[in-house]
Amino acid sequence: MTAVLTANGLGKRYGRRWALENCTLEIPAGQVVGLVGPNGAGKTTLMHLAVGLLTPTTGSIEVLGGRPAESPAQLGRVGFVAQETPVYESMSVADHLRFGDWLNPTWDQQVADRRIDQLGLDRSQKAGKLSGGQRAQLALTLAIAKRPELLILDEPVASLDPLARREFLQSLMEVVAEQQVSVVLSSHLVSDLERVCDYLVVLVASHVQLTGGIENLLAAHVRLTGPRSGLETLPPSLQIIEASHTDRQSTLIARVDEPILDPAWLVERINLEDLVLAYMRQIQPDASARPHLVEAHR
Amino acid sequence: MIRLTLVQFRLQAIIVAGILVLAAILFAISGQHLYHLYNTTVAACPAGSDCSAAKDAFLNNHVILRQLLGLLLLLAPALLGIFWGAPLVAREYESGTFRLAWTQSISRGRWLLTRVALLGLASVIVAAALSLLFTWWSGPFVRITADRFNPGNFDERGVVAIGYALFAFALGLTFGVVIRRTLPAMALTLASFLAVRLAFTFLLRPHLMAPHQASMPLQSGEGLGFSPSASGITFSLGTPNIDNAWAISSKVVDSAGHTASNSALHAFMVNACPAIVSAVGSGQSTQGVNHAPADPTVFHDCILKLAQNYHLVVSYQPASRYWTFQWTEMGIYAGLSLLLAGFCYWWVRRRIA
Repeated sequence: MTAVLTANGLGKRYGRRWALENCTLEIPAGQVVGLVGPNGAGKTTLMHLAVGLLTPTTGSIEVLGGRPAESPAQLGRVGFVAQETPVYESMSVADHLRFGDWLNPTWDQQVADRRIDQLGLDRSQKAGKLSGGQRAQLALTLAIAKRPELLILDEPVASLDPLARREFLQSLMEVVAEQQVSVVLSSHLVSDLERVCDYLVVLVASHVQLTGGIENLLAAHVRLTGPRSGLETLPPSLQIIEASHTDRQSTLIARVDEPILDPAWLVERINLEDLVLAYMRQIQPDASARPHLVEAHR
Repeated sequence: MIRLTLVQFRLQAIIVAGILVLAAILFAISGQHLYHLYNTTVAACPAGSDCSAAKDAFLNNHVILRQLLGLLLLLAPALLGIFWGAPLVAREYESGTFRLAWTQSISRGRWLLTRVALLGLASVIVAAALSLLFTWWSGPFVRITADRFNPGNFDERGVVAIGYALFAFALGLTFGVVIRRTLPAMALTLASFLAVRLAFTFLLRPHLMAPHQASMPLQSGEGLGFSPSASGITFSLGTPNIDNAWAISSKVVDSAGHTASNSALHAFMVNACPAIVSAVGSGQSTQGVNHAPADPTVFHDCILKLAQNYHLVVSYQPASRYWTFQWTEMGIYAGLSLLLAGFCYWWVRRRIA
């Protein structure tokens, strides 16, 4: 498995504060990778380092085998949609397509035209007058029409309503199906990632807490409910991620490699959201108070 | 990238071009009128006769317009800095679009360089056009006042205005790049541009070249008169005018070439002009105000006596240095602009985003 992104001891410091510290990570190619983590975990910093908007304070990062933004060609290989999907408010949709065309030798006008037509965007409309969903779609169009090998999206749906969110992810899936492109996508909501991603990276306090294919992860983790006294009967290879206890009963979220034989334990499948939350609480005890959101809305 | 810059700045360009055309029309109409007036009054005044009436009448024309234009031309470079320089990068930061622009297949340095070069060039063109228009328009006035070094003329004619425009633009760019917010960058651009301009004009410009020294008779001094000083009644006078040259300062020296002190002058006057000393000293005078005694001949006699023993040493920049000063000052401003632009290039490429 080749990596589209490799980070080694990567760190970024702003003044005295470390936005990302000692991050070591490998993201495989040919996947749609979801990057989750609480606010301040360093997701945006990591993405900005990956596209070369930032340079590392410590360590190194390699994207598609090159240093981010080391050359125009390297910049052309990575498509980026920044948080809040910025576009030029006073420029029309058509101006944006020209912008992409003029600044990218690899620009594919057909891809751009087809998408704009599909979306039903008025080319003469100023980008400032587009809806949030249309803006995000325009930003995505700019990022994919340059035919990148890797597409990086920083919370592209965070500010969208549920319908626009669904449409955006839908078109992202179409892009992935049409073009051979790897995707790294960060999101507030695990449910969004669950719908589109096949690989998950959980970043907590700039450390990679969990990484792996989503199907594998779901198959390997269970929720166990059983007598508090029965903990000893569980197989020794079992890895407890999270445990909560009442007087007599224990509830565990655990990684299991072998079947649980003791009938005193109730074994349930676990959904991705609970799984991610369990891993995040390992480092952040205060996060247990939070409801089902992985990350609070800003 | 050039095409993109043109697209992104077309609105600003159209607005400024519109203002420029409007200004050109205004200058053309009023200039036509001015030159006609000049040719029929001042220029028609026969040589050798006293033309001061015609000149004064002409100078009373367009007083308000001249002041307005002076203000406009003082602010024009600042406006370029505010509306072209400051937002150039700051607006990208503010709207987050720098993340869009800097992740296309173009290096950040080239992105910045192209924009700065194009808008810098446009600033030069605008400043040159305005300066050219004003130089032509103000021709008659300057011919009459023979005062080319006056900041009101010097700063708005010739090539210095190009330097000012470049500098204001670079200043705006720099504040925008460092502060990353358009409005504060605009405000700082205006304030610091005016501060530098004033400081340069009044503190630095007089020292760009060592001034010439010339001996001139006492009578050439401006506003010559008598007044009390700490050492007693003496006389005071301003720096004389020299056509199109820049008279910076003057001092009174005696025949031996020594600077005359107030007490020496007073002692001389007590001997030579007792009538004036008593008149000024007898309470007819108020502190610090020049006074001529009632009888003008007494006044003139006294000055003649003084002029036999004292004269003025004037330090001045000769008229022939006008273009040297223009190009030197323009060069300094252009150099500063280049330094600032270089700093911005380095700062933006440092990849702090």
